[in-house]
Amino acid sequence: MVKKFFERFYVALILIFLYAPIAILIILSFNGSKSRAKWGGFTLKWYRELFKNESIMNALYTTLIIAVLSALIATIIGTAAAIAINSMKKTPRTIMIAITNIPMLNADIVTGISLMLLFVALRYTLGFSSVLISHITFNIPYVILSVLPKLKQLNPHTYEAALDLGASPAYAFFKVILPDIFPGVLTGFFLSFTMSLDDFVITHFTKGPEIHTLSTKIYTEVRKGIKPEIYALSTLMFITVLLLLIIINRKNAEKKAPVSRV
Amino acid sequence: MNTENVSNAKTQKLTSHKNGDGIVGIKSAKWLSLPYAVWMIGFIIIPLIVIVYYGLTTVDNRFTLDNISAISSPINLKALLMALEQSLISTIICLLLAYPLAMILSKSRMRSSSFIVMIIILPMWMNFLLRTIAWQNLLERSGIINTVLKFFGLPPMNIINTPKAIILGMVYNFLPFMVLPIYNVLIKIDKDIIDAARDLGANSVQTFLKIILPLSLPGVISGITMVFVPALTTFVISNILGGSKIVLIGNVIEQQFRMGNWHVGSGLSLVLMIFILISMAILSKYDKEGEGSGLW
Repeated sequence: MVKKFFERFYVALILIFLYAPIAILIILSFNGSKSRAKWGGFTLKWYRELFKNESIMNALYTTLIIAVLSALIATIIGTAAAIAINSMKKTPRTIMIAITNIPMLNADIVTGISLMLLFVALRYTLGFSSVLISHITFNIPYVILSVLPKLKQLNPHTYEAALDLGASPAYAFFKVILPDIFPGVLTGFFLSFTMSLDDFVITHFTKGPEIHTLSTKIYTEVRKGIKPEIYALSTLMFITVLLLLIIINRKNAEKKAPVSRV
Repeated sequence: MNTENVSNAKTQKLTSHKNGDGIVGIKSAKWLSLPYAVWMIGFIIIPLIVIVYYGLTTVDNRFTLDNISAISSPINLKALLMALEQSLISTIICLLLAYPLAMILSKSRMRSSSFIVMIIILPMWMNFLLRTIAWQNLLERSGIINTVLKFFGLPPMNIINTPKAIILGMVYNFLPFMVLPIYNVLIKIDKDIIDAARDLGANSVQTFLKIILPLSLPGVISGITMVFVPALTTFVISNILGGSKIVLIGNVIEQQFRMGNWHVGSGLSLVLMIFILISMAILSKYDKEGEGSGLW
């Protein structure tokens, strides 16, 4: 009993540590005062102002487009690569995995700088597309590492059976393999989306002066003070994701319930 | 449900032994890696070659080691040592905080593992710059933590703009990357092995030291790399929580690039990469399956 209490207490402490800054940011979004250090009464002003603030809405738009596109493209390239890696012999497979690990283990600052130097060397203008390419690059490994374990669990005979029964390889892939590995594909997509959304360092080096994502916009405001509308926006984004996760979790619980009864 | 899974797993093991590995029959599967192979060469390998080239040349394209030896200047050396010290301390703190947490989470059967992973990842949906800025609010002289401390009659804590604040920021930002790999390894440990150890008379401390800890080592190693490398190379956390007085190697490199000294910046990055390569080598030694499976 005592042990259980300590365990719960410990988990609670860590969760407070992880979520305290988030609580602060949510509170700041309702702060009537423009200053971070003073409480100026409750207000919804920043939520109204947010939608009128063109530069923030532009940054949000850029951030979301890059996150969706980079996650989507990374998911397609990554899933195909995972299937290929899974069917490889040991040596080429080890090489592929080692290279896949590079962007995950390498420092963001080195990845960002090396991509920027490449774009500059090729005289490729830094902007939206260079950020997109960079995000796809660091997202693909997350997809591969999410899909590979699912592929390993796959029963190879169902695919062969489909072929024996006259299915074309493509048809067999979409009807037999894809449904089985889909949870991994989805995890890869969401991880990529999250990583892209939260990235600052790589975007900072590859974006050029023309565009801003939310991260780079926030960074320019660190010294002169963050606009309260940003707090309002991130509160809205956070609450949206939280609600989505609660709904997904409920759905999963419903799906699981009948099975456990049997 | 469970027995089915177990028998499934067994047949898979058998088949995968028989056929080498992977999905048998997809003969054309290797071609599917072509787009990725092209992408990797274009955007992972070549950029690394470019940074090596910049690091080893002067502005007029002549070979030099000056950009590398720039690390030995007092300011840069101090920044590197400072970054090494701070990232080592934060890695150790992360490990000490994360291991018990991962153990408690792995034991709780009430929730699905994806739910627990989500709770740990969820904070990332608030921009990490903002979360770090929020720590300014918590840590400031008249900030929230000090107000609470004062309320209980405790002495105030003045760590903002000191190395301690940076360590706190590193631990805060990178803790999830230590928790998840350890958790992923712990939930995979076969309960029967632990039960067997207990049946054979091992007490809980012995079971932990002889069974759980060795089996979780791959997760610990990938956790350490996942925390140490970003902590060593950060320039944002030190910028926001360290004021402008504390300069880490990441700040030096970022400054060099901001001022247009790309060759020196690249040279210093190469020095950093030596440390990254060392940790990657250690990781690959423990990642026996070669799957990077401990990472996520």
